[in-house]
Amino acid sequence: MTTEVGSEAEVKKDSEQLGPDKAKDKPEEASETPDDQKSRETSGEAQDSSVPAPTSQSSPNSQKKEKSSPESKGISRFLPPWLKKQKSYTLAEPKDEPKKRATGEEQGVEESESQALEGVAQPRKSLEEAAENRENAKADDKEKHSISAEIQPSKEDGKETEVEEAAEKKEEKQEEKENRETKEVQTADIKTDNIPQKSPKKIKTVQCKVMLLDGTEYSCDLEKRAKGQVLFDKVCEHLNLLEKDYFGLLFYENSEQKNWLDSSKEIKRQIRSLPWIFTFNVKFYPPDPSQLTEDITRYFLCLQLRQDIASGRLPCSFVTHALLGSYTLQAELGDHDPEEHRSDYISEFQFAPNQTQEMEEKVAELHKTHRGLTPAQADSQFLENAKRLSMYGVDLHHAKDSEGVDIMLGVCANGLLIYKDRLRINRFAWPKILKISYKRSNFYIKVRPAEQEQFESTIGFKLPNHRAAKRLWKVCVEHHTFFRLVSPEQPPKAKFLTLGSKFRYSGRTQAQTRQASTLIDRPAPYFERTSSKRVSRSLDGAPMGISDQSLLRDFSATGGQAAGDKIIDLEAAGQAKLKESGREEDESPLKTPQLELAQDGKISSLRVDGENIYVRHSNLMLEDLDKTQDDLLKHQASISELKRNFMESTPEPRPNEWEKRRITPLSLQTQGSLEEEITSILFSKERFGAGTSGPFAAASPGPAEGAAGEQTGAAAAAPGPQRHASRAEGPCTGVSDADKSSHETLDIVEEKKQAEFGIEETLVIDETNKGKMQVATDAGETCKVEHVSKKDSSSLPSDSSSSSSSSESEDEEVGEYLPHHRAIEEVIREEQEEEEDMKRKEREENTQHVEAIPEGSKLNVPVEHTQVPAEDLVQENRVTVATEEKNLSEQIKQDLGEEKEEEQLKLNGDVSHVDIDVAPQLICCSEPPVVKTEMVTISDATQRTEISTKEIPIVQTETKTITYESSQLDGNAVGDTGVLVSAQTITSESISTTTTTHITKMVKGGVSETRIEKRIVITGDADIDHDEALAQAIKEAKEQHPDMSVTRVVVHKETELAEEDED
Amino acid sequence: CRQALRSTAGPEVDFARAEREHQLYVGVLRGKLGLQVLELPADESLPDCVFVEDVAVVCEETALLTRPGAPSRRKEVEAMKRVLESLNLNIVEMVDENATLDGGDVLFTGREFFVGLSRRTNQRGAEILADTFKDYAVSTVPVHDSLHLKSFCSMAGPNLIAIGSSEAAQKALKTMQQMSDHRYDKLTVPDDAAANCIYLNIPSKGHVLLHRAPEEYPESAKVFEKLKDHMLIPIANTELEKVDGSLTCCSVLINKSSEL
Repeated sequence: MTTEVGSEAEVKKDSEQLGPDKAKDKPEEASETPDDQKSRETSGEAQDSSVPAPTSQSSPNSQKKEKSSPESKGISRFLPPWLKKQKSYTLAEPKDEPKKRATGEEQGVEESESQALEGVAQPRKSLEEAAENRENAKADDKEKHSISAEIQPSKEDGKETEVEEAAEKKEEKQEEKENRETKEVQTADIKTDNIPQKSPKKIKTVQCKVMLLDGTEYSCDLEKRAKGQVLFDKVCEHLNLLEKDYFGLLFYENSEQKNWLDSSKEIKRQIRSLPWIFTFNVKFYPPDPSQLTEDITRYFLCLQLRQDIASGRLPCSFVTHALLGSYTLQAELGDHDPEEHRSDYISEFQFAPNQTQEMEEKVAELHKTHRGLTPAQADSQFLENAKRLSMYGVDLHHAKDSEGVDIMLGVCANGLLIYKDRLRINRFAWPKILKISYKRSNFYIKVRPAEQEQFESTIGFKLPNHRAAKRLWKVCVEHHTFFRLVSPEQPPKAKFLTLGSKFRYSGRTQAQTRQASTLIDRPAPYFERTSSKRVSRSLDGAPMGISDQSLLRDFSATGGQAAGDKIIDLEAAGQAKLKESGREEDESPLKTPQLELAQDGKISSLRVDGENIYVRHSNLMLEDLDKTQDDLLKHQASISELKRNFMESTPEPRPNEWEKRRITPLSLQTQGSLEEEITSILFSKERFGAGTSGPFAAASPGPAEGAAGEQTGAAAAAPGPQRHASRAEGPCTGVSDADKSSHETLDIVEEKKQAEFGIEETLVIDETNKGKMQVATDAGETCKVEHVSKKDSSSLPSDSSSSSSSSESEDEEVGEYLPHHRAIEEVIREEQEEEEDMKRKEREENTQHVEAIPEGSKLNVPVEHTQVPAEDLVQENRVTVATEEKNLSEQIKQDLGEEKEEEQLKLNGDVSHVDIDVAPQLICCSEPPVVKTEMVTISDATQRTEISTKEIPIVQTETKTITYESSQLDGNAVGDTGVLVSAQTITSESISTTTTTHITKMVKGGVSETRIEKRIVITGDADIDHDEALAQAIKEAKEQHPDMSVTRVVVHKETELAEEDED
Repeated sequence: CRQALRSTAGPEVDFARAEREHQLYVGVLRGKLGLQVLELPADESLPDCVFVEDVAVVCEETALLTRPGAPSRRKEVEAMKRVLESLNLNIVEMVDENATLDGGDVLFTGREFFVGLSRRTNQRGAEILADTFKDYAVSTVPVHDSLHLKSFCSMAGPNLIAIGSSEAAQKALKTMQQMSDHRYDKLTVPDDAAANCIYLNIPSKGHVLLHRAPEEYPESAKVFEKLKDHMLIPIANTELEKVDGSLTCCSVLINKSSEL
């Protein structure tokens, strides 16, 4: 624990523990076993001993301590109750927690342990392993102590998995947990840590109860540090459910506050009180249930809908109630039997909130007409009718509009719906939304300008509280990603301005899950349909929630109520923490930010930061892509493989680029908003560290890819830091490592960070302005400088936030999300509709690949262009193929995958070519660029509309990232050479068209250049008017980027697999 | 009954001709299309009683009796209620005194409702409509320059919205397109008034469209004539138009198997 804790515990543990932790980490590397043994021998003593060892290890420990100490302080403020609670809960818990902390993520820890044994930086092996190791984690923890380096990788793995699974809440929770952990450590955790080490196998388990859709309860014992995914997978296994991406686990924070368990984060960081009670629910309602592969999946969806209907959440008319009820009877009771089914047999079922005799009679009457329908058929009919209900799959959130009028915001597959009372008063389809963000309790959407308008508009809504705003934001991000994107978006780069949550949906998208589902090859599983009597009644209202609440309350009372309150407040535990820390630090930081910005001297450092951020994103992207590909291939094999894939898809996909991946995992882990924030902070720290020490510099590029950073750090000389990072916290594992390292090296950094925090916040607020500045400022240098400063500031803020993890999220926690990637497609659609309403269908049928690459350079310094079109196309192809032709798609996919790899390599190469330094920057940039793009969008007034759909092929990004590492150093040296400020690739898919936008910003000398490459793929079965489509694409591009000029248009026509290029 | 009309300082209405046109209207529905037409008794005290559409919204098995925006028309609901009751429909009455709703502001596309917020229809009326037809999304559309939402639009096919060319009409269409998850085809006609047509899907006849006669709106009629799959029946409505009457105003379509 001590060693591991040290890494993770940095944040958690106060200065005391942090110091030890760092020391531990280092010692661990040096003498892993000894530390472990010591810790095992005497928990309390061991910790102490471990502490000294760490200290001896290096100054970094002290730095970390210092850094951590501020954080810990801030955390401690919040945490004290929690820690106390935890202690009160169980003495053993502290041990576990430290262990967990050390591992960052249990899985990660486990992996790390194994990995540590094997080697230092290989922790990423796979989420699966991590998961498997969870049980072993306890022992692992012990091991971890000894093997700090290993831990880091494991963390990365965990992060990856987390990222894949993605859980926004988890981030915050993790932060909270961390805080708790730290507290524990402070008090007596050290001893406890030692104890766990001594008895590595001692795994503290927590009993989890999951209320299933059929009204039954599933309970199991989970390791305390287990991530949400572990539980979710257990539940799905229990249910024999393969198509599980549509589902999720809910827990109730307050009475009615539903929160989705982030599968990528530790449960204990998300739920602050015992007992652990969850409800298994549908998270993403498939718009067309008939496309689900298995009946059992439809069955669970039916159960969910019956709950929704009976509870009134899904309103429907009398007639519909009766009809749906009759299908329910048919599915559960079979054909109507006059003998068996007497008049009152129906009253045992609940079909509607207000069930009347008349309704029951109608149900019975209709039931008789369904004779002969099998249960599966009846379920299908049920779904066919239910899916047409206007509120099907709409997740409602209370809000107020700008005028204080009560409204409801409904998040659904197609976009955001605005209701006033029961009336729909507005609707924003995902393609119309350029950016989603939240700040404090405000939720904002930036909307694409209407046809004849030039300016984008931002619409703000007031949510009841900050947590609600974040929750809504997360739901939006998840829904957009799941339903609109081909693959999950990488976590946001540490945007210059955006300090807030970097949360991204890490699970599989609908497209991916559909592809995976096609590979399901098992006989229809037998399952018993339970009577909806129980279901409807148990599930009706919020009894579950209430019970949970009461339980929670009880728990908190016993354990420590203060913590509970805090927890509640902390939508993201981190946020609260952030707030406190932020308050302290932020104020000053806010002021400083400007100063920092002004300080251009930091450009290099800024760049580094930016890179880190980018890397993160790129890593995420890459991983996701890989996962999908790998998953697909794997799925082909067998069901078991399918399951594994589902569980582990991300980690395994890229065996080739292990190192890179390792780096990436960190970024992935950062997906959690809090985590992300933390990671960003860490990155910044790393950057600082890099500045101070060469190895760290290498690491800094790594941050972008998390894994890489860790690797470099580990390989170089920051094994200690890496270990720390891994230990630090799952979410930020990679980042945290870097941060830790940075902390160790840089004591001063903290102050800077604080200043940065302030900056970040201000930046967030001013993001629009900045963005405008960037965009608007044609002067490349000025713009560049600003960007750099922004980056720096952002990075710094992130660092500070990481240090104070919570500081970021806090009051000003802001989350931004750009969903527009597909804007182009939609635009096309719209035009078609308007002009060719009748012809749309035909076009859709046709398959065309139109690539319009508008290159605009405000500043005229042509920098090297990375062309990812090929990759994009390939991906697009995949998507289309996958959706349309699954069977064929596999082969195609493989082919495409190969192509992609090649392309990626090329791309990487390109990046590196641009500037070795740049390359790393590019990586970073790729993510930050997104931010920039956002900025641009904000500034749209300036006219550049960025369609930032970032469904970039993850692989590419990763590749880039790899290149970057080395290049970062170069970049510093080659300041004059063009520097990739940002590179962004956005892919959007519509039914018939796929648009990929790759935005590259280069800064060379004093001139900045922005290049936007858009790939528009039109897929159809029939002939398409290529000229018209091309004309439209160009027209759209011009309209979207008035300031830019179209320099190149490439048209590819593909018939089936054959490609025809037309320039 | 359909003579006394509250006209708005327009040209004089030729009652005789209005009567003839209405007879033709009924004749087409009943004779040519084989529909069962229930005619409400004329009530001279209710000058607008010919515009039955405004007092009831019928969708599937449910009928919502409205509370017309014009106080002088509230009593029209009574006659409608009696008839609808005889049809065995689930009847919902709009009793909220703060609510107003004219059926002419209600456009049912088959998938959802659009309710024009006009001088005759307010938010509360729309809410009650939404409460009545819970299966469907109910979106509100501001209507400023016209009497009703359907003064410039209507359904001309299963997924086809006929829309006028005026700025207000186009704006309303855009609003509807934005608010809907569905993608509707649109049929743009030069004249707003001509965009109000009656679409029927009759099993034995297929797609049937009653639209304004070429003599009235020649350009718009040409647009309708491009609908190849529709049985097109031009109907003149020159007189009632003078009192803001359109084709859909004069009937409430009820999809009811021939039980009566």
